[in-house]
Amino acid sequence: MSRSVTAASGQARGGTSWWARTRESRFALALLIPSVIVVFGIVVYPVIKTLITSFYAVDSPFPKAWPGVGFDNYTKALSSAHFWSAVERTAYFTFVSTALELVFGIGIALLLYAPLRMRWLFRTIVVLPWALPTIVNGAMWRYMFNANYGVVNAALTQLGLLHAYKAWLSSPFQALNIVVLADVWKNTSLVAFFLLAGLTTIPRDLYEAARIDGVSAFQAFLRITLPLLRPAIVVVLVLRTIEAFKVFDIIYVMTGGGPANGTQSVTFYTYQRAFSDELFGYGSALAYLIVLFIFGLAAVYIRALRSEGYAVT
Amino acid sequence: MAESRRYRIFIHVAAVVVSLIFLAPLAWLAIASVSSPVELLQVPLKWIPSNISFSRYEQIFSSSGENIFANFRAALLNSVIVASATVAISMTVGVFGAYAFARLRFRLSRATLLLFLSTYMIPPIALVIPMYLIMVKLGLLNSRLGLIIVYCSFTTPFVLWIMGNYFQTIPRELEDAARIDGCTRIGALFRVILPLSRPGLLSTTLFAFLIAWDEFLYALVFTSTNASKTIPVAIAEFTGRYTTDFGLQAAGGILALLPPVLIAVAFQRYIVGGLSAGAVKG
Repeated sequence: MSRSVTAASGQARGGTSWWARTRESRFALALLIPSVIVVFGIVVYPVIKTLITSFYAVDSPFPKAWPGVGFDNYTKALSSAHFWSAVERTAYFTFVSTALELVFGIGIALLLYAPLRMRWLFRTIVVLPWALPTIVNGAMWRYMFNANYGVVNAALTQLGLLHAYKAWLSSPFQALNIVVLADVWKNTSLVAFFLLAGLTTIPRDLYEAARIDGVSAFQAFLRITLPLLRPAIVVVLVLRTIEAFKVFDIIYVMTGGGPANGTQSVTFYTYQRAFSDELFGYGSALAYLIVLFIFGLAAVYIRALRSEGYAVT
Repeated sequence: MAESRRYRIFIHVAAVVVSLIFLAPLAWLAIASVSSPVELLQVPLKWIPSNISFSRYEQIFSSSGENIFANFRAALLNSVIVASATVAISMTVGVFGAYAFARLRFRLSRATLLLFLSTYMIPPIALVIPMYLIMVKLGLLNSRLGLIIVYCSFTTPFVLWIMGNYFQTIPRELEDAARIDGCTRIGALFRVILPLSRPGLLSTTLFAFLIAWDEFLYALVFTSTNASKTIPVAIAEFTGRYTTDFGLQAAGGILALLPPVLIAVAFQRYIVGGLSAGAVKG
């Protein structure tokens, strides 16, 4: 709800009295209370509890003692090489997968919008990866890249592109890239549909006018489509970046963070510290560091948005 | 730009290539689910199974007792119940809140909405430990209700966001007209705004359903029995434990794909309209 909230409600009924405004506020409060309970009733306590826990050396889900350690958990994390390499991998994953999803997403959105025969069929096919649960997607790609009987090996050897079956997921960086591939394959659909929604808001007569002026299709794309698609691009970029930075599920099922921690994301690292090692204090501090990273990313986007005069909400 | 023959050929070829890239892995998932376990392990791989068997699906639907097939069936049922209840609750609750954000003037309305949306930025890993302890205390561990309560907390902000934006696209005059005819605000919401918001409502429903159907971390931590284990957890467990038959995992995957696909295909023509008014407007 952008600038238009204030604009729209401003014109409601001119000259509203203090009393009417109070009544309106009360009514709004009444309508919002269920949402507040459903969301903040669940979220607030854990948010505070995790923050508190992050200042203690708690190493059991039901601790007998709460030894306070100040900022030790945070300094420990920030001086841990493991943590920083997990951050690096997560940044790589986030950047590469989001960038690829955006590029392919724009292309597919244009196709979804193009005058195709049997467009409904194409749209239905593009919906499929989006609807496929992340865990199933991860299991599917893990199996396809299996070293001993995976279809990728089978296809490449039968086509003569590969001499012998290869253990794709056993080299750390390659495994990370395969996780990126699996993520891009699934989430490009979502990006494409968001961008298609943006495309439908661009008035058709703009293209008509450009054509009459002799502007090439490519120029029209650069000068009309991309600038007007910008709000949609930004929304989907924010959503995907935050989502990618939190990546956990697909790594859990595809690689378990391995090999040699090569696919261990920050969330996965946090999960292992908190649940495998039962370092709940340390895990809580890590979780808060992730929150800070994500808020930092979001702040960058929101600034970029503000400078262009758009608002996500 | 749409007229030239070359352009028409190009877009059709491109659409076919994209379709193949999207369909190939899924086709393999479907083939694996009806191939025999032995054939799946063969080198060189035979792409077309020599005999197609639906026995895995049959067993998932009919097997009784405590086994992997019955686990899958229970997980499917749990997922359907949890996702549907989450959608029903968060849509009901969220529609009223979205109306408030879209139409009512009140202090800090923008800040309140941003506060709702900022919960999306908190990774589940930051909340899951204290939530686990609450679940234990309230006896909600291994219950569908526990999952539904948690899921509603992150689907509701989405509903507020998309529906709030969508309601703003409904002309205010229509609502005013209804109110002059004696409708209350709530009456106008139900009689005028909601019927006109179908694309927004349906695409939001699809969104919320997919989010709930896909959720993994909370379900992994909060559930360990058939009473509430959801399909992603069942499939992930299967990867760890029974790696011998990918075909069964594939069958489970295909079944896990069906409900969201059916909803997505049914609602597909509303998705674009709903999103363009609700999520991506400038």
